[in-house]
Amino acid sequence: MLRTRVIPTLLLRGEGLVKTIGFRDSKYVGDPINAIKIFNDKEVDELILLDITATTEAKGPAFNTITDIAGECFMPVAYGGGISTIEQMHRILGIGIEKVVINSAAIDNPNLIATAAREFGSQAVVVSIDVKKTFFGRYEVHTHSGTKGTGINPVEWARKMQDMGAGEIMLTAIERDGTMHGYDLELISKVSGTTNIPLIAAGGAGKITDFSAAVASGANAVAAGAMFVFHGPHRAVLITYPSRIELKAVI
Amino acid sequence: MITIIDCGTNNLGSMANMLNKIGQTSRIASAPDQLEEATKIIVPGVGSFDAGMQKLTQSGMIPLLNRKVIEERVPTLGICLGMHLMTRSSEEGMLPGLGWVAANTVRFNQVADPNLRVPHMGWNKVRAVKEISLIANMEDETRFYFAHSFFVKPDHASDVLLEAHYGTSRFAAAVVHDNIVAVQFHPEKSHKFGMWFLKNFAESSWCSGRV
Repeated sequence: MLRTRVIPTLLLRGEGLVKTIGFRDSKYVGDPINAIKIFNDKEVDELILLDITATTEAKGPAFNTITDIAGECFMPVAYGGGISTIEQMHRILGIGIEKVVINSAAIDNPNLIATAAREFGSQAVVVSIDVKKTFFGRYEVHTHSGTKGTGINPVEWARKMQDMGAGEIMLTAIERDGTMHGYDLELISKVSGTTNIPLIAAGGAGKITDFSAAVASGANAVAAGAMFVFHGPHRAVLITYPSRIELKAVI
Repeated sequence: MITIIDCGTNNLGSMANMLNKIGQTSRIASAPDQLEEATKIIVPGVGSFDAGMQKLTQSGMIPLLNRKVIEERVPTLGICLGMHLMTRSSEEGMLPGLGWVAANTVRFNQVADPNLRVPHMGWNKVRAVKEISLIANMEDETRFYFAHSFFVKPDHASDVLLEAHYGTSRFAAAVVHDNIVAVQFHPEKSHKFGMWFLKNFAESSWCSGRV
Protein backbone atom coordinates (compact mmCIF):
# COMPACT_ATOMS: atom_id res chain seq x y z
CA MET A 1 0.00 0.00 0.00
CA LEU A 2 1.09 3.55 -0.66
CA ARG A 3 2.13 5.28 2.53
CA THR A 4 1.13 8.82 3.32
CA ARG A 5 4.18 10.97 2.78
CA VAL A 6 5.28 13.14 5.68
CA ILE A 7 7.34 15.96 4.23
CA PRO A 8 9.49 18.51 6.04
CA THR A 9 9.25 21.91 4.36
CA LEU A 10 12.40 23.96 4.60
CA LEU A 11 12.37 27.68 3.90
CA LEU A 12 15.44 29.34 2.45
CA ARG A 13 16.11 33.00 2.86
CA GLY A 14 19.40 33.92 1.28
CA GLU A 15 21.90 31.31 2.46
CA GLY A 16 20.09 30.44 5.68
CA LEU A 17 17.16 28.39 6.72
CA VAL A 18 14.27 30.25 8.34
CA LYS A 19 10.79 29.58 9.68
CA THR A 20 7.91 31.99 9.40
CA ILE A 21 4.57 32.54 11.12
CA GLY A 22 1.77 33.44 8.73
CA PHE A 23 4.44 33.86 6.02
CA ARG A 24 6.03 36.68 8.09
CA ASP A 25 8.41 37.16 11.01
CA SER A 26 11.02 34.83 9.59
CA LYS A 27 13.32 33.43 12.26
CA TYR A 28 16.74 31.99 11.43
CA VAL A 29 16.85 28.30 12.29
CA GLY A 30 20.18 27.19 10.89
CA ASP A 31 22.25 26.06 7.98
CA PRO A 32 20.35 24.23 5.21
CA ILE A 33 23.02 21.59 4.53
CA ASN A 34 23.22 20.70 8.19
CA ALA A 35 19.44 20.36 8.42
CA ILE A 36 19.34 18.23 5.28
CA LYS A 37 22.00 15.90 6.63
CA ILE A 38 19.90 15.37 9.73
CA PHE A 39 16.76 14.71 7.67
CA ASN A 40 18.77 12.28 5.52
CA ASP A 41 19.80 10.33 8.61
CA LYS A 42 16.20 10.24 9.73
CA GLU A 43 15.19 8.80 6.34
CA VAL A 44 12.39 11.27 5.75
CA ASP A 45 9.95 10.50 2.95
CA GLU A 46 10.68 13.59 0.91
CA LEU A 47 11.78 17.20 1.31
CA ILE A 48 10.30 20.43 0.03
CA LEU A 49 12.65 23.35 -0.18
CA LEU A 50 11.25 26.80 -0.82
CA ASP A 51 13.24 29.98 -1.34
CA ILE A 52 10.83 32.55 0.06
CA THR A 53 12.53 35.67 -1.27
CA ALA A 54 13.49 34.46 -4.75
CA THR A 55 10.30 35.79 -6.34
CA THR A 56 9.67 38.82 -4.14
CA GLU A 57 13.23 40.05 -4.72
CA ALA A 58 13.16 38.92 -8.38
CA LYS A 59 16.32 36.84 -7.91
CA GLY A 60 15.37 33.61 -9.64
CA PRO A 61 16.46 30.21 -8.30
CA ALA A 62 19.73 30.01 -6.31
CA PHE A 63 21.43 27.34 -8.41
CA ASN A 64 24.57 27.10 -6.26
CA THR A 65 22.57 26.39 -3.13
CA ILE A 66 20.41 23.90 -5.03
CA THR A 67 23.52 22.06 -6.23
CA ASP A 68 24.95 21.84 -2.70
CA ILE A 69 21.66 20.54 -1.39
CA ALA A 70 21.01 17.98 -4.14
CA GLY A 71 24.42 16.40 -3.51
CA GLU A 72 23.35 15.62 0.06
CA CYS A 73 19.87 14.26 -0.60
CA PHE A 74 19.20 10.56 -1.01
CA MET A 75 15.47 11.08 -0.82
CA PRO A 76 13.20 12.93 -3.25
CA VAL A 77 13.42 16.70 -3.17
CA ALA A 78 11.13 19.36 -4.54
CA TYR A 79 12.44 22.88 -5.02
CA GLY A 80 10.47 26.08 -5.40
CA GLY A 81 11.23 29.77 -5.45
CA GLY A 82 11.73 32.11 -8.36
CA ILE A 83 11.11 29.53 -11.08
CA SER A 84 9.46 31.04 -14.13
CA THR A 85 11.03 29.41 -17.20
CA ILE A 86 11.40 25.92 -18.69
CA GLU A 87 15.13 26.48 -18.92
CA GLN A 88 15.40 27.05 -15.17
CA MET A 89 13.41 23.86 -14.56
CA HIS A 90 15.69 21.95 -16.88
CA ARG A 91 18.69 23.10 -14.93
CA ILE A 92 17.15 22.31 -11.54
CA LEU A 93 16.03 18.81 -12.53
CA GLY A 94 19.42 18.16 -14.13
CA ILE A 95 21.14 18.98 -10.83
CA GLY A 96 19.30 16.09 -9.22
CA ILE A 97 16.15 17.68 -7.82
CA GLU A 98 13.06 15.56 -8.59
CA LYS A 99 10.35 18.19 -8.71
CA VAL A 100 9.94 21.85 -9.38
CA VAL A 101 7.43 23.80 -7.33
CA ILE A 102 5.70 26.58 -9.24
CA ASN A 103 3.52 29.23 -7.65
CA SER A 104 3.53 32.86 -8.80
CA ALA A 105 4.71 32.03 -12.33
CA ALA A 106 1.69 29.78 -12.91
CA ILE A 107 -0.64 32.70 -12.19
CA ASP A 108 1.24 34.91 -14.65
CA ASN A 109 1.36 32.19 -17.28
CA PRO A 110 -0.78 29.06 -16.72
CA ASN A 111 0.56 27.52 -19.94
CA LEU A 112 3.95 27.20 -18.28
CA ILE A 113 2.51 24.23 -16.38
CA ALA A 114 1.35 22.52 -19.56
CA THR A 115 4.74 23.01 -21.22
CA ALA A 116 6.58 21.76 -18.14
CA ALA A 117 4.40 18.65 -17.87
CA ARG A 118 4.99 17.86 -21.54
CA GLU A 119 8.72 18.28 -21.21
CA PHE A 120 9.40 16.70 -17.82
CA GLY A 121 6.28 14.63 -17.10
CA SER A 122 3.56 15.57 -14.61
CA GLN A 123 5.33 13.82 -11.74
CA ALA A 124 8.00 16.52 -11.79
CA VAL A 125 5.60 19.48 -11.62
CA VAL A 126 4.16 20.60 -8.29
CA VAL A 127 1.86 23.60 -8.26
CA SER A 128 1.94 25.40 -4.94
CA ILE A 129 -1.22 27.26 -3.97
CA ASP A 130 -1.04 29.70 -1.05
CA VAL A 131 -4.44 30.59 0.33
CA LYS A 132 -5.73 33.26 2.69
CA LYS A 133 -9.29 34.08 3.71
CA THR A 134 -10.60 37.45 2.60
CA PHE A 135 -12.32 39.91 4.92
CA PHE A 136 -15.59 38.27 3.87
CA GLY A 137 -14.35 34.77 4.70
CA ARG A 138 -13.81 33.66 1.11
CA TYR A 139 -10.71 31.66 0.22
CA GLU A 140 -8.37 33.49 -2.14
CA VAL A 141 -5.13 32.44 -3.87
CA HIS A 142 -2.12 34.62 -3.00
CA THR A 143 1.25 34.82 -4.75
CA HIS A 144 4.69 36.33 -4.13
CA SER A 145 5.09 34.62 -0.74
CA GLY A 146 1.56 35.56 0.24
CA THR A 147 1.95 39.27 -0.40
CA LYS A 148 -0.28 39.59 -3.48
CA GLY A 149 -3.96 38.69 -3.68
CA THR A 150 -5.24 37.38 -7.02
CA GLY A 151 -9.00 37.20 -6.54
CA ILE A 152 -8.81 33.57 -7.70
CA ASN A 153 -10.69 30.79 -5.93
CA PRO A 154 -8.28 28.00 -4.90
CA VAL A 155 -10.72 25.20 -5.76
CA GLU A 156 -11.09 26.41 -9.35
CA TRP A 157 -7.38 27.15 -9.59
CA ALA A 158 -6.38 23.67 -8.40
CA ARG A 159 -8.70 22.12 -10.95
CA LYS A 160 -7.28 24.29 -13.70
CA MET A 161 -3.71 23.40 -12.75
CA GLN A 162 -4.62 19.71 -12.79
CA ASP A 163 -6.07 20.12 -16.28
CA MET A 164 -2.87 21.87 -17.36
CA GLY A 165 -0.85 18.83 -16.32
CA ALA A 166 0.30 19.53 -12.77
CA GLY A 167 1.29 16.30 -11.04
CA GLU A 168 0.64 17.49 -7.53
CA ILE A 169 -0.87 20.36 -5.60
CA MET A 170 0.81 21.76 -2.52
CA LEU A 171 -1.92 23.59 -0.65
CA THR A 172 -0.86 26.02 2.07
CA ALA A 173 -3.14 27.88 4.43
CA ILE A 174 -1.13 31.08 4.95
CA GLU A 175 -2.77 32.01 8.24
CA ARG A 176 -1.97 28.59 9.72
CA ASP A 177 1.70 28.72 8.72
CA GLY A 178 3.99 28.34 11.74
CA THR A 179 1.11 28.37 14.24
CA MET A 180 1.17 24.61 14.87
CA HIS A 181 -2.58 24.81 15.49
CA GLY A 182 -3.56 22.25 12.87
CA TYR A 183 -4.28 22.31 9.14
CA ASP A 184 -7.21 24.12 7.52
CA LEU A 185 -9.28 20.99 7.04
CA GLU A 186 -12.14 22.74 5.26
CA LEU A 187 -9.75 24.05 2.63
CA ILE A 188 -8.13 20.62 2.18
CA SER A 189 -11.50 18.97 1.80
CA LYS A 190 -12.71 21.51 -0.79
CA VAL A 191 -9.64 21.24 -3.00
CA SER A 192 -9.30 17.48 -2.61
CA GLY A 193 -12.92 16.95 -3.57
CA THR A 194 -12.49 18.51 -7.00
CA THR A 195 -9.10 17.09 -8.00
CA ASN A 196 -7.65 13.64 -8.67
CA ILE A 197 -3.94 14.32 -8.46
CA PRO A 198 -2.05 13.99 -5.17
CA LEU A 199 -2.64 16.79 -2.67
CA ILE A 200 0.01 17.89 -0.15
CA ALA A 201 -1.50 19.67 2.83
CA ALA A 202 0.61 22.43 4.36
CA GLY A 203 0.35 25.10 7.02
CA GLY A 204 -0.39 24.49 10.68
CA ALA A 205 0.90 21.03 11.61
CA GLY A 206 1.85 20.85 15.28
CA LYS A 207 1.35 17.22 16.23
CA ILE A 208 1.07 13.93 14.43
CA THR A 209 -2.69 13.68 14.91
CA ASP A 210 -2.91 16.78 12.68
CA PHE A 211 -1.56 14.53 9.92
CA SER A 212 -4.33 11.99 10.32
CA ALA A 213 -6.94 14.79 10.38
CA ALA A 214 -5.57 16.15 7.08
CA VAL A 215 -5.61 12.69 5.52
CA ALA A 216 -9.18 12.15 6.69
CA SER A 217 -10.07 15.43 4.94
CA GLY A 218 -8.56 14.24 1.66
CA ALA A 219 -4.83 15.04 1.77
CA ASN A 220 -2.50 12.44 0.22
CA ALA A 221 0.64 13.83 1.78
CA VAL A 222 1.33 16.14 4.69
CA ALA A 223 3.98 18.84 4.94
CA ALA A 224 5.20 20.48 8.12
CA GLY A 225 7.77 23.13 8.92
CA ALA A 226 7.68 24.47 12.48
CA MET A 227 6.78 21.07 13.90
CA PHE A 228 10.05 19.59 12.62
CA VAL A 229 12.37 22.49 13.47
CA PHE A 230 11.07 23.80 16.79
CA HIS A 231 10.90 22.10 20.13
CA GLY A 232 9.00 23.04 23.28
CA PRO A 233 6.91 26.08 24.21
CA HIS A 234 9.77 28.52 23.63
CA ARG A 235 10.32 27.27 20.10
CA ALA A 236 13.93 26.28 20.59
CA VAL A 237 15.48 25.11 17.33
CA LEU A 238 15.75 21.33 17.23
CA ILE A 239 15.36 19.24 14.11
CA THR A 240 13.13 16.23 14.64
CA TYR A 241 11.05 13.80 12.63
CA PRO A 242 8.54 11.29 14.02
CA SER A 243 9.53 7.64 14.04
CA ARG A 244 7.95 5.06 11.74
CA ILE A 245 6.14 3.58 14.72
CA GLU A 246 4.66 6.92 15.80
CA LEU A 247 3.53 7.64 12.26
CA LYS A 248 2.16 4.19 11.69
CA ALA A 249 -0.12 4.62 14.70
CA VAL A 250 -1.94 7.57 13.12
CA ILE A 251 -1.67 7.26 9.33
CA MET B 1 32.68 0.89 -15.49
CA ILE B 2 29.04 1.63 -14.73
CA THR B 3 27.85 3.89 -17.50
CA ILE B 4 24.81 6.11 -17.08
CA ILE B 5 22.99 6.93 -20.29
CA ASP B 6 22.07 10.58 -20.72
CA CYS B 7 18.52 10.70 -22.11
CA GLY B 8 18.28 14.46 -21.92
CA THR B 9 15.78 15.49 -19.30
CA ASN B 10 16.78 13.30 -16.45
CA ASN B 11 18.13 12.68 -13.02
CA LEU B 12 21.78 12.11 -13.86
CA GLY B 13 22.89 14.14 -10.88
CA SER B 14 21.04 12.06 -8.30
CA MET B 15 22.10 8.80 -9.94
CA ALA B 16 25.80 9.71 -9.90
CA ASN B 17 25.50 11.02 -6.30
CA MET B 18 23.96 7.77 -5.12
CA LEU B 19 26.52 5.54 -6.88
CA ASN B 20 29.26 7.64 -5.38
CA LYS B 21 27.68 7.20 -1.94
CA ILE B 22 27.81 3.41 -2.27
CA GLY B 23 31.42 3.53 -3.43
CA GLN B 24 30.91 2.92 -7.14
CA THR B 25 32.55 4.95 -9.85
CA SER B 26 30.46 5.76 -12.86
CA ARG B 27 30.54 7.84 -15.99
CA ILE B 28 27.87 9.54 -17.99
CA ALA B 29 27.50 8.77 -21.69
CA SER B 30 25.90 11.30 -24.02
CA ALA B 31 27.56 10.01 -27.21
CA PRO B 32 28.46 6.56 -28.62
CA ASP B 33 32.21 6.79 -27.95
CA GLN B 34 31.52 7.23 -24.22
CA LEU B 35 29.60 3.98 -24.17
CA GLU B 36 32.21 1.65 -25.60
CA GLU B 37 33.73 0.57 -22.28
CA ALA B 38 30.52 0.08 -20.34
CA THR B 39 30.50 -3.02 -18.14
CA LYS B 40 27.13 -2.15 -16.63
CA ILE B 41 24.59 0.23 -18.07
CA ILE B 42 21.99 2.36 -16.33
CA VAL B 43 19.22 4.05 -18.30
CA PRO B 44 17.68 6.49 -15.83
CA GLY B 45 14.96 8.86 -16.73
CA VAL B 46 12.57 11.50 -15.66
CA GLY B 47 10.40 13.06 -18.27
CA SER B 48 7.99 12.09 -20.95
CA PHE B 49 8.36 9.11 -23.26
CA ASP B 50 8.69 10.86 -26.63
CA ALA B 51 11.09 13.46 -25.24
CA GLY B 52 13.27 10.63 -23.90
CA MET B 53 13.19 8.63 -27.15
CA GLN B 54 13.95 11.72 -29.20
CA LYS B 55 16.95 12.66 -27.07
CA LEU B 56 18.23 9.10 -27.20
CA THR B 57 17.87 8.99 -30.99
CA GLN B 58 19.63 12.35 -31.39
CA SER B 59 22.53 11.14 -29.23
CA GLY B 60 23.30 8.49 -31.84
CA MET B 61 23.75 5.91 -29.08
CA ILE B 62 20.89 3.55 -29.94
CA PRO B 63 22.74 1.23 -32.39
CA LEU B 64 25.63 0.75 -29.96
CA LEU B 65 23.23 0.39 -27.03
CA ASN B 66 21.39 -2.36 -28.91
CA ARG B 67 24.66 -4.15 -29.50
CA LYS B 68 25.81 -3.81 -25.89
CA VAL B 69 22.52 -4.78 -24.33
CA ILE B 70 21.15 -7.38 -26.73
CA GLU B 71 24.25 -8.97 -28.28
CA GLU B 72 26.93 -8.50 -25.62
CA ARG B 73 24.41 -8.94 -22.81
CA VAL B 74 25.87 -6.22 -20.63
CA PRO B 75 23.90 -6.05 -17.34
CA THR B 76 21.51 -3.16 -17.80
CA LEU B 77 19.21 -1.33 -15.42
CA GLY B 78 16.31 0.87 -16.52
CA ILE B 79 14.74 3.28 -14.05
CA CYS B 80 11.27 4.82 -14.31
CA LEU B 81 11.18 6.46 -17.76
CA GLY B 82 14.27 4.40 -18.58
CA MET B 83 12.18 1.30 -17.85
CA HIS B 84 9.39 2.56 -20.12
CA LEU B 85 11.84 3.30 -22.95
CA MET B 86 12.90 -0.37 -22.90
CA THR B 87 9.39 -1.49 -23.85
CA ARG B 88 7.85 -1.52 -27.34
CA SER B 89 5.54 1.43 -26.83
CA SER B 90 3.91 3.72 -24.32
CA GLU B 91 0.45 5.22 -24.01
CA GLU B 92 2.31 8.41 -23.07
CA GLY B 93 3.80 8.89 -26.52
CA MET B 94 3.69 8.13 -30.23
CA LEU B 95 7.26 7.02 -30.85
CA PRO B 96 8.26 3.34 -30.69
CA GLY B 97 10.38 2.30 -27.72
CA LEU B 98 13.67 0.38 -27.70
CA GLY B 99 11.79 -2.93 -27.55
CA TRP B 100 14.32 -4.71 -25.32
CA VAL B 101 11.59 -6.01 -23.03
CA ALA B 102 8.47 -7.80 -24.28
CA ALA B 103 6.05 -5.29 -22.78
CA ASN B 104 4.04 -2.16 -23.36
CA THR B 105 3.75 0.87 -21.12
CA VAL B 106 0.23 1.83 -20.07
CA ARG B 107 -1.43 4.49 -17.91
CA PHE B 108 -3.14 3.91 -14.56
CA ASN B 109 -6.81 3.63 -15.32
CA GLN B 110 -8.74 6.35 -13.46
CA VAL B 111 -11.93 5.47 -15.28
CA ALA B 112 -11.98 1.96 -13.85
CA ASP B 113 -10.74 3.23 -10.50
CA PRO B 114 -12.19 6.74 -9.98
CA ASN B 115 -10.67 7.18 -6.51
CA LEU B 116 -7.17 6.65 -7.82
CA ARG B 117 -4.98 9.73 -7.70
CA VAL B 118 -2.48 9.78 -10.53
CA PRO B 119 0.55 10.15 -10.54
CA HIS B 120 1.23 7.33 -8.10
CA MET B 121 3.53 9.30 -5.88
CA GLY B 122 5.38 8.25 -2.77
CA TRP B 123 6.75 5.28 -0.88
CA ASN B 124 5.24 1.92 -1.60
CA LYS B 125 6.03 -1.59 -0.47
CA VAL B 126 7.13 -4.15 -3.01
CA ARG B 127 6.79 -7.90 -2.95
CA ALA B 128 9.28 -10.26 -4.55
CA VAL B 129 7.71 -12.74 -6.94
CA LYS B 130 11.01 -14.29 -8.01
CA GLU B 131 14.17 -15.19 -6.18
CA ILE B 132 17.35 -14.06 -7.86
CA SER B 133 20.62 -12.86 -6.40
CA LEU B 134 19.88 -9.31 -7.55
CA ILE B 135 17.41 -9.05 -4.67
CA ALA B 136 19.31 -11.15 -2.17
CA ASN B 137 18.78 -10.17 1.48
CA MET B 138 15.66 -8.13 0.80
CA GLU B 139 14.09 -6.87 4.02
CA ASP B 140 10.40 -7.47 4.74
CA GLU B 141 9.62 -3.78 5.00
CA THR B 142 11.41 -2.87 1.79
CA ARG B 143 9.87 0.21 0.23
CA PHE B 144 10.81 2.41 -2.65
CA TYR B 145 9.98 5.85 -3.92
CA PHE B 146 7.64 5.95 -6.91
CA ALA B 147 6.59 8.94 -9.03
CA HIS B 148 4.80 7.90 -12.21
CA SER B 149 1.52 7.87 -14.12
CA PHE B 150 2.45 5.01 -16.46
CA PHE B 151 3.65 1.50 -15.73
CA VAL B 152 5.00 -1.48 -17.63
CA LYS B 153 2.80 -4.40 -18.54
CA PRO B 154 4.98 -7.35 -19.55
CA ASP B 155 3.69 -9.96 -22.01
CA HIS B 156 4.98 -12.72 -19.77
CA ALA B 157 4.10 -12.71 -16.08
CA SER B 158 7.29 -14.69 -15.54
CA ASP B 159 9.32 -11.53 -16.26
CA VAL B 160 7.95 -9.79 -13.17
CA LEU B 161 10.52 -9.56 -10.38
CA LEU B 162 8.82 -7.25 -7.88
CA GLU B 163 5.21 -6.20 -7.71
CA ALA B 164 3.42 -3.35 -5.98
CA HIS B 165 -0.19 -2.35 -5.38
CA TYR B 166 -1.83 0.98 -6.01
CA GLY B 167 -5.57 1.32 -5.56
CA THR B 168 -7.06 -1.72 -7.19
CA SER B 169 -4.10 -2.01 -9.57
CA ARG B 170 -1.29 -4.47 -9.14
CA PHE B 171 1.65 -3.55 -11.29
CA ALA B 172 5.21 -4.57 -12.04
CA ALA B 173 7.57 -2.59 -9.80
CA ALA B 174 10.46 -4.45 -11.45
CA VAL B 175 10.84 -6.76 -14.43
CA VAL B 176 13.83 -8.87 -15.29
CA HIS B 177 14.70 -10.61 -18.52
CA ASP B 178 18.15 -12.09 -19.17
CA ASN B 179 20.63 -9.28 -18.55
CA ILE B 180 18.00 -6.55 -18.37
CA VAL B 181 16.34 -5.40 -15.17
CA ALA B 182 13.96 -2.49 -15.22
CA VAL B 183 12.43 -0.82 -12.19
CA GLN B 184 9.54 1.58 -11.86
CA PHE B 185 10.77 3.11 -8.61
CA HIS B 186 13.72 5.41 -8.03
CA PRO B 187 16.48 3.51 -6.21
CA GLU B 188 18.65 6.62 -6.39
CA LYS B 189 16.08 8.37 -4.18
CA SER B 190 15.08 5.52 -1.89
CA HIS B 191 17.78 6.00 0.78
CA LYS B 192 18.85 2.73 2.43
CA PHE B 193 16.59 0.55 0.30
CA GLY B 194 17.87 2.19 -2.86
CA MET B 195 21.45 1.77 -1.70
CA TRP B 196 20.84 -1.92 -1.07
CA PHE B 197 19.33 -2.39 -4.53
CA LEU B 198 21.99 -0.46 -6.42
CA LYS B 199 24.78 -2.17 -4.51
CA ASN B 200 23.33 -5.51 -5.55
CA PHE B 201 23.07 -4.37 -9.15
CA ALA B 202 26.64 -3.11 -9.11
CA GLU B 203 28.20 -6.05 -7.29
CA SER B 204 26.23 -9.20 -7.89
CA SER B 205 26.58 -11.45 -10.89
CA TRP B 206 22.85 -11.92 -11.20
CA CYS B 207 22.83 -12.49 -14.92
CA SER B 208 24.94 -14.35 -17.41
CA GLY B 209 26.11 -11.32 -19.34
CA ARG B 210 29.65 -11.23 -20.64
CA VAL B 211 31.20 -8.52 -18.55
